[in-house]
Amino acid sequence: MNILDLKNVQKIFDGSLEVLKDISLSVDKGEVVAIIGPSGSGKSTLLRCATLLTEMSSGELSYLGEKAAWTDQQTGKAVYADKKQLKKIRSYFGLVFQNFNLFPHYSVLKNLTDAPVHVLGIDKDTAEKTATELLEKMGLSDKADAYPCQLSGGQQQRVAIARALAMNPQILFFDEPTSALDPELTGEILKVIRQLAEAKMTMVIVTHEMAFARDVADRVIFMDGGVIVEQGDPKDVIGNPQEERTKQFLARFSKQ
Amino acid sequence: MTFQVMLQQLMNGFSKTLLIFVLTLVLSMPLGLLVCFGRMSRFAPLKGLIKDGTPRFWKTVCGFRPVSLLFRFFISILRGTPLMLQLLVVCFGPYYLFHTKLAPSWTFTALILGFVINYAAYFAEIYRSGIESTPVGQYEAAEVLGYTKSQTFVKIILPQMFKRVLPSVTNEVITLVKDTSMAFVLAYAEMFTIAKQISAAKTTFMPLFVAGLFYFIFNGVVDYVMGRIEKRMRYYN
Ligand SMILES: Nc1ncnc2c1ncn2[C@@H]1O[C@H](COP(=O)(O)OP(=O)(O)OP(=O)(O)O)[C@@H](O)[C@H]1O
Ligand SMILES: [Mg+2]
Repeated sequence: MNILDLKNVQKIFDGSLEVLKDISLSVDKGEVVAIIGPSGSGKSTLLRCATLLTEMSSGELSYLGEKAAWTDQQTGKAVYADKKQLKKIRSYFGLVFQNFNLFPHYSVLKNLTDAPVHVLGIDKDTAEKTATELLEKMGLSDKADAYPCQLSGGQQQRVAIARALAMNPQILFFDEPTSALDPELTGEILKVIRQLAEAKMTMVIVTHEMAFARDVADRVIFMDGGVIVEQGDPKDVIGNPQEERTKQFLARFSKQ
Repeated sequence: MTFQVMLQQLMNGFSKTLLIFVLTLVLSMPLGLLVCFGRMSRFAPLKGLIKDGTPRFWKTVCGFRPVSLLFRFFISILRGTPLMLQLLVVCFGPYYLFHTKLAPSWTFTALILGFVINYAAYFAEIYRSGIESTPVGQYEAAEVLGYTKSQTFVKIILPQMFKRVLPSVTNEVITLVKDTSMAFVLAYAEMFTIAKQISAAKTTFMPLFVAGLFYFIFNGVVDYVMGRIEKRMRYYN
């Protein structure tokens, strides 16, 4: 079964700016999808629609076959499920932001345990055990009691990934997880994501790291102007693109 | 009158100054949060009338927020007129408006009421600036993690807000120490009123000078305490 289904998603900002035009995207269990494309092509907006941070104008969104939103036949506008259903659906996904967005007033450990305890209702000891294991996997065992401001950007992003994983999501979204980092810190994040891919975590990653997308993703999607221009096997899309726009974008990239 | 007697009387007055100070702070800080909520209320009864094609002008008109507007109006009056005048209005307003007979104990109640309302308005604006300067990413991270709106506010936004506004709150508290002297317009016998009375009766500047010293030392203590609190909050940025 598909973990994520987006059908005919359209997003119009301020009544006229059409940022997403009829986008459909399904993600299978265990699949790693990389989304690439020029600035302003709508990649972030697509992730924000998928994670319920932005309301679609029209279209359908479901996780594990459970509907979060659909298009009303009469008005042609998106209708969202009730609060209770949306709360359940939120527990299916996690999102890792470009600039981490850790809670600065919480220690690393509390960043990882607070939502599991107060949102999912997991007991504190279990949550702390899970969190400690996750920190160990991220190579941050010694940072449990530190505060986010005491960590490097790379460490903060690893904590952010651990925080998302602590909720035990079915699918994890990343919006340019390395863009706010110095080049030398990028590697440590990509390594973590690579490990998650090997562990068969379902992921959708917006990235500008072409080599990484080619190596790790099962499928690459090239977006431009609010549409999916081309998608398929990473070696084909990145190594041998068919569409003119994809070629231009990748050419610009390899020049940099 | 010996210096000692004068000091004794000023000390008596100081205990009342302290009482005004503590009561005002304890009451106006939480009230300020409520006022802040009112000021930030997004309640807009005509919002439903806005459609996709509504012209900008009517969008603005239909989007008006009566609760927020009302609080905004009161806050601007409280911040835009002298506190001394507000104290007089609270104390004598009921008599002039409704000819109610005012019990002698009313003076103190009116005094505290005036101070609390005025300071709540200031605190409300300070809190609002703290809440509005929260990076939007904090809300989004909380939302994706599944926190409810009230959980997000209480657990994520509020604690960060308090830390961020602490320097402005310190300013306000220091101002309050000095503002307590305005109680003299209602002839309430706190330190400044007493100092002025003694000074006038004995034609000496001494009591006012000593009172000034008291305020100065009091503020030194306030400064120290607030500094300690700020330091304790410094474990994160
Ligand atoms: N809240 C908003 N209101 C109005 N327009 C918006 C809003 N958010 C995004 N847009 C517009 O939508 C378009 C797509 O933005 P989006 O952030 O999705 O692009 P992106 O592909 O993620 O770009 P980047 O690679 O720079 O992150 C842009 O033109 C942007 O200006
Ligand atoms: Mg983006």
